Amino acid sequence: MVKVSRLARLDVTPDEVQRITKQMAGMLEHFADIDALDLSDIEPMTQPYPLSNVFREDVVVTGLDREEVLANAPAAEDGRFRVPPIVGLDG
Amino acid sequence: MTTPANIHSNIPTTAAAIADGVRSGALKAVDVLEAHLAQIAAREGDIHAFNLVTADEARAAAARVDADVAAGRDPGVLAGVPIALKDNMCTRGIPTTCSSKILEGWRPPYDATVVQRLAAAGAVAIGKTNLDEFAMGSSTENSAFGVTFNPRDTSRVSGGSSGGSAAAVAAGFSPISIGSDTGGSIRQPAALCGVVGVKPTYGTVSRYGLVAYASSLDQMGPFSIDVRDSALVLEAISGHDPMDSTSIPQAPLSLQHVLSQGVEGLRVGRITDMPSGADPDVTARLEAAFDALKAAGAKIVDVEMPSMKYALTAYYLIAPAEASSNLARYDGVRYGLRVNTTDTNAMYSATRTAGFGEEVKRRIMLGTYALSAGYYDAYYGKALKVRRLISDDFARAYTKADVLLTPTSPIVAFPVGEKSDDPLAMYLCDIYTIPTNLAGHPAMSVPFGTGAHGLPVGVQILAPTLGEQVMFKVAASLERSMIAAGGAK
Repeated sequence: MVKVSRLARLDVTPDEVQRITKQMAGMLEHFADIDALDLSDIEPMTQPYPLSNVFREDVVVTGLDREEVLANAPAAEDGRFRVPPIVGLDG
Repeated sequence: MTTPANIHSNIPTTAAAIADGVRSGALKAVDVLEAHLAQIAAREGDIHAFNLVTADEARAAAARVDADVAAGRDPGVLAGVPIALKDNMCTRGIPTTCSSKILEGWRPPYDATVVQRLAAAGAVAIGKTNLDEFAMGSSTENSAFGVTFNPRDTSRVSGGSSGGSAAAVAAGFSPISIGSDTGGSIRQPAALCGVVGVKPTYGTVSRYGLVAYASSLDQMGPFSIDVRDSALVLEAISGHDPMDSTSIPQAPLSLQHVLSQGVEGLRVGRITDMPSGADPDVTARLEAAFDALKAAGAKIVDVEMPSMKYALTAYYLIAPAEASSNLARYDGVRYGLRVNTTDTNAMYSATRTAGFGEEVKRRIMLGTYALSAGYYDAYYGKALKVRRLISDDFARAYTKADVLLTPTSPIVAFPVGEKSDDPLAMYLCDIYTIPTNLAGHPAMSVPFGTGAHGLPVGVQILAPTLGEQVMFKVAASLERSMIAAGGAK
């Protein structure tokens, strides 16, 4: 669970690890019902209504307003999103 | 169907009647709006259907509709109809939170296609409704902004995740609301609140501007007091949208003309191996629905769905997997909450940890696990194959039946707090609704009398891909039989 939380970019307390591990174990036990199925010849289904190569005309259209978008950002500078240092102390 | 009480006496309750009145000049959109705002003022304190009521914007929109009518311009098919929007649909300049602290204060820079189409049809958006955070839940208890209570009994849940939208219609706050349905999030709260709720065929209603939970399952649809109003709204919001690459390239649905056609000769399927677990009061109403359709001339046929019992497992692996990917975008960089730290990696984790609620974290973790190296084939890969099995089962069933009938929810509305500590018990609420989302088919819940404690019971009608017309025929027939049996409309 600690590894999964790191992959998911979530910090979990030891208490939460214990609780979530227990809940997840219960779910995975229920989810084991599909283990008995023979699925070797079954094609996976990723989309309910398969459409492929959905393109639009290659023409210039107006995008979102930059000021309006940046107004929502926690921090912006010079028309860009501002973030803390990318190479950090424990990076 | 019970008419929401206390509405201003000379304002009609249905969208169709309101639009007719406004279009003909007999009603003013501003008066319709004020009657509904008054109803909100009277009852919202007990219900909490809304995260935000946009009274000022609504008054301006209603005035524009009245001006159109006065000037002889066509005000649209939903002229003056107040509409509540689930708070996971983008509304330009108006906060859209998904009931999550991580998006608090965010004002989208664009409107969802559905929001644009409703406005173009003359509808008046009155506010953003509460939901389980990021649409993950079956009770609208997992909201960062508090529980939505059931207007039929305020000690009970409204269902979820579109509980605020269902409650808004049931409480008479608006004749129409829009929700989203990933595993039953329109149909289950509709059943629990005693209103109509429709999940159309995947790809029929554009998802552009709907904040994504599980993209291959999400679909938007209406709540309404009666069947006709849902047909009317679907006609206005469906149809191809180039902004959604999963949108089916076809014209809008045409539904209202089928409502009077009856069900003579239609084959209504009973799933003989349906997972058990529905309460007796609920199954009694399902049987009554079969009887009503038989009396109206339909033929009841048996079908088998041997894979249906695996739908819950497939869903609770696929949906969290897609969610863990979709919700990776909430990182504190571009919008919403940021917890400031010394470097970006720490900022991502600190922001997500502070911004997401427990159920969202649980599903992100479950999905991350199901997709992680070494477990992908055992969980996610297998779930996709089970999804195919379920879809194939439906295909076989629909060679024998035109529609299938099931309960919508295995139980009536339950007391607030009863299932909050047991995620699996909560997930089981969706056992009859999720197979539809896996297959991408349309389904709807129609109120069909009451069960335990006098609470509403919904019957679910399922149809094959793009089978909305036959589904609505059956829904209208069930509604007529309820009215004939003395149920108030």
